[in-house]
Amino acid sequence: MSQLKETILKTTANGDKAFVPYIMAGDGGLDKLQPTILKLQELGVTAIEVGIPFTDPVADGPTIERAGERALAAGTTLRKVVETLQGFVDQVTVPLVAMTYLNPILAYGVEDFARDAKAAGIRGMIIPDMPLEESEIVHPAFKAEGIALVQLVSLASSSERIERLTKASEGFIYAVTVNGITGARQSFADELGEHFKKLQSYTDTPVLAGFGISTPDHVRNFGAICDGVIVGSKIVDSIANDDWVTIEELVKASKVAPVK
Amino acid sequence: MTTTTTKKGRFGRFGGQFVPETLMTALQELEEAYDKFKNDEEFQNELNYYLKNYVGRETPLYFAERLTAQFGGAKIYLKREDLNHTGAHKINNALGQALLAKRMGKNKIVAETGAGQHGVATATACALLGMECIVYMGAEDVKRQALNVFRMELLGTKVVGVEKGSATLKDAVNEALRHWVTNIEDTHYILGSAMGPHPFPTIVRDFQRVIGDETRKQILEVENRLPDAVVACIGGGSNSIGMFYPFVEDSDVALYGVEAAGHGIETGKHAAAINGGQTGVLHGAFMYLLQDENGFVQEAHSISAGLDYPGVGPEHCHLHDSGRATYVNITDDEALEGVKLLCKTEGILPALESAHAIAYASKLAKTMSPDEILVICLSGRGDKDVHTISSALGGDLT
Ligand SMILES: Cc1ncc(COP(=O)(O)O)c(C=O)c1O
Repeated sequence: MSQLKETILKTTANGDKAFVPYIMAGDGGLDKLQPTILKLQELGVTAIEVGIPFTDPVADGPTIERAGERALAAGTTLRKVVETLQGFVDQVTVPLVAMTYLNPILAYGVEDFARDAKAAGIRGMIIPDMPLEESEIVHPAFKAEGIALVQLVSLASSSERIERLTKASEGFIYAVTVNGITGARQSFADELGEHFKKLQSYTDTPVLAGFGISTPDHVRNFGAICDGVIVGSKIVDSIANDDWVTIEELVKASKVAPVK
Repeated sequence: MTTTTTKKGRFGRFGGQFVPETLMTALQELEEAYDKFKNDEEFQNELNYYLKNYVGRETPLYFAERLTAQFGGAKIYLKREDLNHTGAHKINNALGQALLAKRMGKNKIVAETGAGQHGVATATACALLGMECIVYMGAEDVKRQALNVFRMELLGTKVVGVEKGSATLKDAVNEALRHWVTNIEDTHYILGSAMGPHPFPTIVRDFQRVIGDETRKQILEVENRLPDAVVACIGGGSNSIGMFYPFVEDSDVALYGVEAAGHGIETGKHAAAINGGQTGVLHGAFMYLLQDENGFVQEAHSISAGLDYPGVGPEHCHLHDSGRATYVNITDDEALEGVKLLCKTEGILPALESAHAIAYASKLAKTMSPDEILVICLSGRGDKDVHTISSALGGDLT
């Protein structure tokens, strides 16, 4: 079992839900990466999704796209993020999940990246422009380093496809809660409960909901029907505004027991 | 065949479907619908009806006598895609895909545009067929191609300027993809060139191959033989693949794709993905791509908005690797010379895109003998470019 999956299962075993914040590496400068990660893990998050900026982030909504533009303007690259993470890897106690578009990995060199990523504490990968059918270019290298390749499962997918993706996903299943791109939203489709039940019936790998989750109520509501949440745009905005109260409330909403 | 699409939509090692999961089902649906209708007689009859009676096909294959004399070499023929309704080859594909979308029960269309020619063609097809249309266009291009923006709006299309990134064609594609992901249920994306994720490169090529099919038939009629060389400009690669495809198996026909060298490849300010890029993934396909050492996509530069794209369709990448086609490049200045030359010798104002093909042909023709035949794909007319051409030549049209 991957370390990522194991960590999430440990969280859910005591009744809590997994809480995975998404941050944009390099937003506000790469110097901010270490304090941000350490502070998030102090708040009791389960894992941290570390976003790598890209010039053409087609799966991202305006909030994350703008954060990415700020990070690019600050000179952030995949290589620099990996190096920065390696610099404080011994202080990181939660698994990191890197989210990057495919081309920067190809430019880095898939094997080199997998090796360096592992040394940087990266235990999972999300590549939003690489569907399962194309994953052979990276999967063997990630597998060799024990890095879980997380699949996104969308509402628009056919049942047959949903089953295949759910079974193939490593670490956790990233269940996209809306048709669309990342970004905060008001409401979610009612049929989500059924959808999550179906996903969970295919696998013992935890199912986490993501895209559009932005309030403690969302966190609780999704927590009731799956194994946890990924919160992106809201976290990115809160970090950019140095609003840690909002983040703490979101994390708390995923816990049954009070945070120690 | 050298270029047959393999199961996963590959041309050799190029192509594929590098898109967010949310799009995979839509791409599958599109592939199934296309497989069903491409050989459907009723669909083909409908398409052909509009191509003939609305677009004005077939377009002439015109013997350019004065240009031939001017070049002093091969006999020059121009495939007159500029005479199509809306002024370029783009309508062949826009109409085909709009009719396909109708059959798929999707009545809303999203498209990207660079020069505005594909946007105008799509807006036109949507007006004709009573469909709702939204077109994304880089804010830079909105400025460069104001005339086409106005035309699209007159046709009832909503034009959205994209300020992000480099505010050109690639950013318009990003926004169009996002729009499609968010409105997948009732919207079809009419991609404007032979690029993007499978099955787009195949669909667009098939709707554009009418250019090459007609050319083949026409040249056999007048010359009783195939041309020795065919030249076409390369943006995403649709007019060129449409022209090349019917000749791919004819190994005696040399195929030349002309990329935009902008200020010159050595300056880094160009749009020559094959001659000046490395392989990578953007907009759903593995292809040659302008990028830096970090895998970040670089801005393309060309005087011609329609060639100003950092990638190139996967089938061209494969034709380059296999050596079947040759990819060359032409600078902004050379293209401007091409514009002037065609105006003065033949009375035809070419699009800046097409002028790249003219300019390369002027070099190539000289190396050929008078009994050899060279066909140039004149992909569009230059009315949309008069402001750009005027200011590049030091004028001041306002
Ligand atoms: C007249 C004309 N020619 C060529 C192109 C380049 O596109 P493609 O390479 O797809 O033919 C364009 C694009 O806008 C165009 O308007």
